[in-house]
Amino acid sequence: MNTLFSIFKREFISYFVTPVAYVFIVIFLFMTGIFTFYLGAFYETNQADLEPFFRFHPWLYLFLIPAISMRLWSDERKSGTIELLMTLPVSITDAVVGKYLAAWSFTAVALLLTFPMWITVNYLGNPDNTVILASYIGSLIMAGGFLAIGSCISALTKSQVIAFVISVVICFMFILSGFPMVIDLFQGWAPQAIIDAIASFSFLTHFTSIKKGVIDFRDIFYFAALISFWLYVNVVVIEMKKAG
Amino acid sequence: MSEAIKVKSLTKSFGPIHAVRGISFDVNNGEVLGFLGPNGAGKSTTMKMITGFLEPTSGNVEVNGFDVLENPLAVKKSIGYLPEGAPAYGEMTVKSFLNFIADIRQLTGKNRKKRIDEVIDIINIKSVIDQTVETLSKGYKRRVGLAQSILHDPDILIMDEPTDGLDPNQKHEVRNLIKDMAQNKAIIISTHILEEVDAVCSRAIIIASGKLLFNGTPAELIAKSDQSNIDHAFRMITTTEEDVEPTIT
Repeated sequence: MNTLFSIFKREFISYFVTPVAYVFIVIFLFMTGIFTFYLGAFYETNQADLEPFFRFHPWLYLFLIPAISMRLWSDERKSGTIELLMTLPVSITDAVVGKYLAAWSFTAVALLLTFPMWITVNYLGNPDNTVILASYIGSLIMAGGFLAIGSCISALTKSQVIAFVISVVICFMFILSGFPMVIDLFQGWAPQAIIDAIASFSFLTHFTSIKKGVIDFRDIFYFAALISFWLYVNVVVIEMKKAG
Repeated sequence: MSEAIKVKSLTKSFGPIHAVRGISFDVNNGEVLGFLGPNGAGKSTTMKMITGFLEPTSGNVEVNGFDVLENPLAVKKSIGYLPEGAPAYGEMTVKSFLNFIADIRQLTGKNRKKRIDEVIDIINIKSVIDQTVETLSKGYKRRVGLAQSILHDPDILIMDEPTDGLDPNQKHEVRNLIKDMAQNKAIIISTHILEEVDAVCSRAIIIASGKLLFNGTPAELIAKSDQSNIDHAFRMITTTEEDVEPTIT
């Protein structure tokens, strides 16, 4: 069994032997319900789709994903187990990717448990299930983006609270970069190419296009590049801490 | 006897603080090397550099012929390491923790279960095997750390204060364990207990303020004292050092 998988397995199981997993999943399901039915006006729109459900995912992830990612490395540092982990024959890349994939799989479990929404909408009408499938995939990939940011930030500090707060702020900027409040700052003086570039960094822009049921190569590429970048920085940060 | 660990002019600075300054020594197979020194002398920092947890500022470490910076995985495979305070994942049971270590150390087949059972037996942790690590007493936690470090039967063992926090009986057991393993391994232990050096070590090194002050057999160390007392010898060697620049471990 290779070391990446060993790390993954240990990390994934550890979610379920502590209350973390259950608290997270219950809160996640409860919050998606509230957002969908009250803010999203799921019934009132009279449309058989899950748009009101997916619309709020970026905002839910903004707070819930950093709550998962904050412990990934901070906790190892705080409890000293990082010294154990880094002196076992495991490459830093395997450790970073193994931990990351465990956190991502855990989010996937939470997301899958929203299946009653899908059953409900299929019971009430005839939704386009390919659009729903694309939205689920998009939501999961977006969660992966948030997690990669959070994992990297968590490697910078011993304090889970600091990791949480900084991750939320950075994720918030990644959500907002497509919004007028950011774009307006640049409108008028910056060349259009730069404005487009900043807008293209937005999680929302990419998630919105996937949510319409079109899985575009560019959107997938965006998230893949973003995840790779943050995980690469994560490895570098841990490498740097070795130098003291 | 072949050289298992070669440390050459090892130096480590944390910003303005010089934790380790140009330490060199070798450890051969079949030797138990005792690391002595006051708190903050640089013992743990030196161990962390040998095991590849910290990168030296300068100098190098070779383990079984592999350079720790160029070939970290080969070095880590041949070392069993008990870090200071014996860190372990608190939420795991002792059994699942040892299974995790066996996964990472790539123990497979029927040897795997045999070896895990054997280590549980040697270290005497059968009674707590289903308890989570965070519920264990200090002594048991230390023993789980020991079990973890010897699980893959490494050629080289590095243990940072292996008997710290153990009761006298447990200390005795651990010393015997180290002596039993000594024939075919190279072992480094750090300790504050000077009798321990006499009891288990074939050689002793004294480090203070990051410098190597003594390297010889326990008998030679005792001979340094006109009172033939190891405590007295230790005090003589470590307090004549004028340099009082602060260091950290």
